[in-house]
Amino acid sequence: MNTTLILFLAFIAITLGITAWASRLSGSSASYFAANRRISAWQNGVAVAGDYMSAASFLGIAGLIAFFGYDGFMYSVGFLVAYLTVLLVVAEPLRNTGKYTMADVLAYRLHPRPVRAMASLSTITVSTFYMIAQMVGAGALVALLLKGSGISFRLAVTSVGILMIVYVVFGGMIATTWVQIIKAILLISGTILLSFMVLAHFGFSLGAFFTAVSQVHYHAPDGTEVVKDFLTPGLRYKPRYGALDLLSLGIALIFGTAGLPHILVRFYTVPDAKTARFSVVWAMWIIGIFYILTTFLGWGAATIVGRDFIAKNGGNNMSAPLLANALGGPIFFAFISAIAFATILAVVAGLTISASTSFAHDVWTNIIRHGQEHNPGEERRIARIAAFVVGAISIAIAIVLGPTANVAFLVALAFAVAASANLPVILFSIFWKRFNTAGAVAGLATGLLASIVLIFLGPSIMTVDAPTVAPAARHIIQHAPIFPLENPGILSIPLGFIGAILGTLLSKRDPAGEEKFAELQVRANTGLGAEKAVAH
Amino acid sequence: MPTPPSPDPRTPPSNASIWNRVAQTDDFKKLLAAKKAFVLPATIFFILYYFALPVSVGYFPALMQRKVWGPVNVAYLFALSQFIVAWVIAYLYVRAAREFDSRAAAVIKDLGNLEAKGN
Repeated sequence: MNTTLILFLAFIAITLGITAWASRLSGSSASYFAANRRISAWQNGVAVAGDYMSAASFLGIAGLIAFFGYDGFMYSVGFLVAYLTVLLVVAEPLRNTGKYTMADVLAYRLHPRPVRAMASLSTITVSTFYMIAQMVGAGALVALLLKGSGISFRLAVTSVGILMIVYVVFGGMIATTWVQIIKAILLISGTILLSFMVLAHFGFSLGAFFTAVSQVHYHAPDGTEVVKDFLTPGLRYKPRYGALDLLSLGIALIFGTAGLPHILVRFYTVPDAKTARFSVVWAMWIIGIFYILTTFLGWGAATIVGRDFIAKNGGNNMSAPLLANALGGPIFFAFISAIAFATILAVVAGLTISASTSFAHDVWTNIIRHGQEHNPGEERRIARIAAFVVGAISIAIAIVLGPTANVAFLVALAFAVAASANLPVILFSIFWKRFNTAGAVAGLATGLLASIVLIFLGPSIMTVDAPTVAPAARHIIQHAPIFPLENPGILSIPLGFIGAILGTLLSKRDPAGEEKFAELQVRANTGLGAEKAVAH
Repeated sequence: MPTPPSPDPRTPPSNASIWNRVAQTDDFKKLLAAKKAFVLPATIFFILYYFALPVSVGYFPALMQRKVWGPVNVAYLFALSQFIVAWVIAYLYVRAAREFDSRAAAVIKDLGNLEAKGN
């Protein structure tokens, strides 16, 4: 049996042990959905980082930097700066006024049913799309990492899917949180170790390292050898729309993070707003260090392993594991691969719990049951069923799409929807007294629709492929793109804001909602009446 | 402990006026003003500083490619500075938030007094 598989199984055994322990604690709604609100600042900070640093970041960004140098690092910068929006604007008011979901804050002073319906649709859209992207990537990756062990793409996707369902259904938020914490610690340790080995390879000389990075050799598709300076921007984002696309990506990153439902729900697991604040700071340390080190992984892979070799051995997503193999041999390869696997599992579990919580709390309890559970424990039971359904659907879609499907655009879509639909209405409900139900529904609908339509009209879906491209990897619509950018944020975010503003101004004022604005403001800023941690 | 069912957020609480009265207190107004005085400029600054990076990289490539230390160029150092700036702003916010916390405590005390007067 190969080492990678043994490490995978060890991680699975540990996390299932945690799930069994957590399942005995998940006997109430506050415990199942919010880990009793007793997670500490450092624990939640590490868990936020764990939720956020997906396989797309670890393998994807390292791969982008290995193949395109500096342009890949632009993602890393946006991923950290985004947390200032979370820290300064969103985390504390959300913790003070909500209970389990993002929609709690929006529904606070508006008509809850239409607002929750739209907010839940947006939450489930973001989580499901993001999850399908992770699952397809996970399946392809696990099959590749365990090459020779007889594990197919289908088996890999199904196992990942079943594990995430088990964590969420049996362990709830407590198990999900600890899976995130363990994964984040493994990921940051692995990244630091790998970066250290890259530096050791260059005799601990940053000068030698950067000199190598400034002259990376590889072969262009036509077979000619090229030498590029990987510190120079512009290798991926080229004229004519490259600069604009980069800007559009940046906007979606720094405004989207504060609207990602699986990140927002983490702030309900801490005792109060002050702890939420410190947990964001913890997360910013870990996330910042991790993303600075992505350059060592990516450039290390480009200079030590070489782009040609990576392209022939699994493509750019394999840059970090192949770097580990080159520097530390098969054992280290197995270790880094196991971390990638842990990363995938933890992120999909986080997405599953945010989608199923939104369905149970927003759609079932608050829309169908008008805010009251008819039977004790009903909300949790519905959440478990929803987690099972969301998991099963994601497994099925990932298997249908297959390992070579081009799904990276789903991550861009998730950030675009979070920034264009969720963030405008969160901001307006907290800061704009006149904001009303029509504005919230219009803002959510416009942001959601604009993001989806612009992605579909953009080059991620509409591109004419060369005849040599494999059928499964071809773009869905073989036509020149109508919208020239991969990232719709630059247009869809203003549209989301305009939708929310017009919806508000063109509809009647809502005296009851405006009356409650004072209450919301006092509660958001002082923590009066906020959900309390559950006592021992 | 099961959490009590959340009250319908649309039904005004019996003591609705008390929130308005708290919102009108000097302590609460000072809390909001103190927060605004920090958060607004900090947010504008970090957004401008952040977007300066993709704008410079996209539209001023010659400047960004200028080498500063061996092969290390302005673009890479500018990107690294974003991390430092983000951490510094986070630190300054946590420091400023100590004042917000003590002002919030004063507001909570005011509310206690309002309730004691039997509103």
